[in-house]
Amino acid sequence: MAENKKTCLYDKHVALGALMSPFGGFDMPIQYAGIIEEHNAVRNHVGVFDVSHMGESRITGPDAEKYVNHIFTNNVWDAPTGKIFYGMMLYPDGGTVDDLLVYKLGENDYFLVYNAANIDKDVAWIDEQSTGYDVKLDHQSDYYGQLAVQGPEAEKTLKEVLGIDGSDLTFYTHKELEHDGETIIVSRTGYTGEDGFEIYASHKVIVEMWDKLMAAGVQPCGLGCRDTLRFEAGLPLYGDELSKDISPITATLGMFVKLDKQGGFIGRDACAKQKAEGSPKKLVGLELHDRAIPRHGYDVLDADDNVVGYVTTGYHSITLDKSLAFALVDRPVGTLGNELKVKIRKKVFPATVVKKRFYQAKYKK
Amino acid sequence: MSKIIDGLYYTESHEYVKVDGDYGYVGITDYAQKELGNVVYVDMPDVDDEVAAGEEFGAVESVKAASDLNSPVSGTVVEVNEALEDDPGLVNKDAYGSWIMKVQMSDKSELDNLMDAAAYKAFIGE
Repeated sequence: MAENKKTCLYDKHVALGALMSPFGGFDMPIQYAGIIEEHNAVRNHVGVFDVSHMGESRITGPDAEKYVNHIFTNNVWDAPTGKIFYGMMLYPDGGTVDDLLVYKLGENDYFLVYNAANIDKDVAWIDEQSTGYDVKLDHQSDYYGQLAVQGPEAEKTLKEVLGIDGSDLTFYTHKELEHDGETIIVSRTGYTGEDGFEIYASHKVIVEMWDKLMAAGVQPCGLGCRDTLRFEAGLPLYGDELSKDISPITATLGMFVKLDKQGGFIGRDACAKQKAEGSPKKLVGLELHDRAIPRHGYDVLDADDNVVGYVTTGYHSITLDKSLAFALVDRPVGTLGNELKVKIRKKVFPATVVKKRFYQAKYKK
Repeated sequence: MSKIIDGLYYTESHEYVKVDGDYGYVGITDYAQKELGNVVYVDMPDVDDEVAAGEEFGAVESVKAASDLNSPVSGTVVEVNEALEDDPGLVNKDAYGSWIMKVQMSDKSELDNLMDAAAYKAFIGE
């Protein structure tokens, strides 16, 4: 097996004593101080994540707008420069290649940000679908490092520690800035359910920024709390809530799938069919009435103990102090308020179907 | 350095048993709680459950993962530590004070199969 890749901040993580673990082909920090402490830092103050493992591609050329719309479920036609869209790339059968962000940098100029674990697959997909489109595809994952500064004090931290004014950005917008002789991208985005920013820059600049944030006492945060934070905010993780077998319609992310947009997109007809007929499975939230913790893969049962689905992600929520889960269940049992059960080791615990957004996100609209 | 207490018996799966006559107090070691990180749930057996040496009797869970608990001894559960229901983090604060179950041992000779403090110290490489 090939050795895992390292981000430009790998040595910093090791020096900080982080617990390191493989994720998406990289050796990544899981935690520094502890998942709970880092989670609470982001909910209550501010924390910084090394997310340099994420993949990036830039798409330019006369057909760039047309091409991005062809491979992406959200509608980027006639979007204003500075806007960011969340959506998916789909296979023709509606299964998900990946979920991603699309930044509109300018006319026929787009920046795509996707999951580390899917970089090779996504690059191949983006290349293959471009036949017949006059576009230039520039895959930049090896160039960019990325930091996510997240939490209610993120704007203040950006200004005071990094000298970056983010006050003019609203949620899901970005700007390009000249910084230390290079162009960097700053966006008001994140994966935590809090206000926050993400910064894309060269490895050199990312390392300098990280050092400044550490010197200022900002809490370094690992992938452990990244997962607990995104889970509470109802955000999916590719591999758990989305996959080649789980369409965005099944994952109840239909609001990011613009079935009626001009020219359609790959996977459009399959999604339209699923939406019209009802996909056989549905992603729901579950709330247990006990502290027992539902984990990925545990069976979900109906009142008669028939297996009707499985847990995709589950935690004892740090912010809400409840045992919660996302579960993929048979559509008929997935209605809000329905009583189901989760099998945890030898015991069975009652669980109620609830909304997936367990935590009310606090974005700057 | 993890804390290890003389006079306790230890398993390779990082449980300890503290013997008091025919009874044994079973918990996880200081080394185990450090490896797990923040303990957020302890799945305890019920009183009167029969447990067997080397077999699973519950689980201790961190934020990220569940780890099975294996009983060091055979016998009957006579008490569980109810304080852990409300505050599972006690295991992190004081692993040896925060026993999980009290077992009436059916075969004290099983203790001979467990490690003493010195052997456990060597086992975890500290």
